Amino acid sequence: MELTRRNMLTMGSAALAAYGLGALPAFASLTDDEIAKITGGAETAAGELTITAPEIAENGNTVPISISAPGAVMVAIFAEGNPVPNVATFNFGPLNPTRSASTRIRLATTQNVVAIAKMEDGSFQRASAEVKVTIGGCGG
Amino acid sequence: MISRRDFLQVGMAASAVVGASGFGNWARLGAQQALTQDQLLEFDSFGNVSLIHVTDIHAQLKPIYFREPSINLGVGGNKGAVPHVTGAEFRRLYGIADGSPSHYALSSGDFSSLAQAYGRVGGLDRVATVIKAIRADRPDALLLDGGDTWHGSYTCYHSAGQDMVNVMNALQPDAMTFHWEFTLGSDRVAELVESLPFAALGQNIFDAEWDEPAELFAPYKLFERGGTKIAVIGQAFPYMPIANPRWMFPEYSFGIRDENMAAMVEEVRAAGAQCVVVLSHNGFDVDKKMAGIVPGIDVILSGHTHDALPEPVLVGETIIVASGSNGKFVSRVDLDIRDGRMMGYRTKLIPVFSDAIDPDPEVAALIDAERAPHAAQLTEVIGRTDSLLYRRGNFNGTWDDLICDALISERDAEIALSPGVRWGPSLVPGQDITREDIWNVTSMTYGEAYRTEMTGEFLKIVLEDVADNIFNPDPYYQQGGDMVRTGGLGYRVNVTAPQGERISNMTLLSTGEPIDPARSYVVAGWASVNEGTKGPQIWDVVETHIKKLGTVTVDPNTSVDVVGV
Repeated sequence: MELTRRNMLTMGSAALAAYGLGALPAFASLTDDEIAKITGGAETAAGELTITAPEIAENGNTVPISISAPGAVMVAIFAEGNPVPNVATFNFGPLNPTRSASTRIRLATTQNVVAIAKMEDGSFQRASAEVKVTIGGCGG
Repeated sequence: MISRRDFLQVGMAASAVVGASGFGNWARLGAQQALTQDQLLEFDSFGNVSLIHVTDIHAQLKPIYFREPSINLGVGGNKGAVPHVTGAEFRRLYGIADGSPSHYALSSGDFSSLAQAYGRVGGLDRVATVIKAIRADRPDALLLDGGDTWHGSYTCYHSAGQDMVNVMNALQPDAMTFHWEFTLGSDRVAELVESLPFAALGQNIFDAEWDEPAELFAPYKLFERGGTKIAVIGQAFPYMPIANPRWMFPEYSFGIRDENMAAMVEEVRAAGAQCVVVLSHNGFDVDKKMAGIVPGIDVILSGHTHDALPEPVLVGETIIVASGSNGKFVSRVDLDIRDGRMMGYRTKLIPVFSDAIDPDPEVAALIDAERAPHAAQLTEVIGRTDSLLYRRGNFNGTWDDLICDALISERDAEIALSPGVRWGPSLVPGQDITREDIWNVTSMTYGEAYRTEMTGEFLKIVLEDVADNIFNPDPYYQQGGDMVRTGGLGYRVNVTAPQGERISNMTLLSTGEPIDPARSYVVAGWASVNEGTKGPQIWDVVETHIKKLGTVTVDPNTSVDVVGV
């Protein structure tokens, strides 16, 4: 690899991670309440649970969401910014070959979509993805 | 203007041009150093594989002027990082002398004066000469087109992209990816793609209904080159249905889909690829982030945001090459691929100085043939400009100021909105404005100039929404355009504020009064993504306006107050 000083400089700046949450939705506490009903207040940690969603919705009326949760017996999905945050609950049994599911949901505005998984050992995992809903318009 | 024979040039890869200082004298000073086409093309072959990258040509078959931006702000982790460095700072960063050909080609500042000395850039007949020279040196070089090729001119519009397909086919590309092409409508895209004698790639082009890879586009293609196996993975513009009218290509879904990109990299490695190249239309910052997330990519050939960088940017072990726009540059990327990995690289961003590089006669004839039926329309002089007309910049450009003026006066509006696109060549002071010039900055398949009413509150929502597409600190939420241009409306923008809080001090310029959220304003604009938009075509509106003016003068635009930089 041919490395120049300038390459090194740009490398350094590329290492900085940027993360923006945008405007926090107003219904977040509703979601917290619903999650507490499932977990009974137990801790939710990051694990193998993943949620896949577009960064920017192509159409806020039908946003494809999928979850993958190896070892889960149940996964619930919440849309924090919707008036009713509960989206779907998937239950998995021992005969399910994979613990994954896909659906499409309607998102009112830019918000986090949250997945809570109940694992076989009774513990809980959490994952979330921010989906931006925009009026769109101008591309380069 | 200097003739081709005594033209003076410097290759980008060559070291800095000596001397030259004193604003306003740069053109004359630059002219004291003589170089040739051979020096522009000079390159010490390296390794065993060559890639040739062209991107974002926007249907510019003929040489043009193209001024690079003087304001291109980076936010979050990209603050102050290339390509968000412009003008004199850019020249200092890369050791480019003021007044040099590299100054003129790569950065803003003293553009009108330098344009007189260095002339036009681009022209696909000149690009053909560069490509042929590289192939003469490395016969099995891969030519890769990053897309935005079948859009942006009078002849491209009237032939629905056919003129560009015909000319590009003569250059014999090996693969291509896409963005504005889709605004031809999905039926026409299918027709053209099926006719291509090369690969049409996009790992992120999916069927909208089933969310499965679209059949028309392969995710990647494997090539045997230089005794090794190269995979080229396509990455189309991720936000097509948001930034452009979704109803024109409802069968398709896009997105970044970096999980699928990672899966494709694994798949091609498993199939024996020794080198993985991504032909991308993500935009530069999105490519940088993706390179940090998806392991195993050697080279990203980056398009969409129209950045021209004289050196690749390195992220981990991935190099990102940005090759400009409008036919102004060709990148040559030589790679040393050994033992299943990239051991080294050598690149050159070749500026296509059209007065210095001989046109390829065969391609020149083909271009002339495509244009001949439209010659009278193309060359008709509509007016003249006393000002430099350009588009690039985060908040405004003089071309867009003129377009907004046209919308306000011809459509009897209080406020005008013009999309923050980055394509469209420049005109230098003293130039005639032809019909072709107007189409070069307005041509599109949804150019209807609407006239409607918007409340002050809605106008703020529009500005906030577009501002977040540019200044969201996470590149994956950026669409790669610039701020919507406003006429008759001034505002303050805080680029580092959170979404919904960036825009303030909105003012109706005609009265100086603050915008009232509850009041309705008459707004004229163009390029709406909504189906069924009514109005005259924007190029007709602009032509009528320029005809009335005769000679165009655009005053400096001070209506946007930028803070938080």
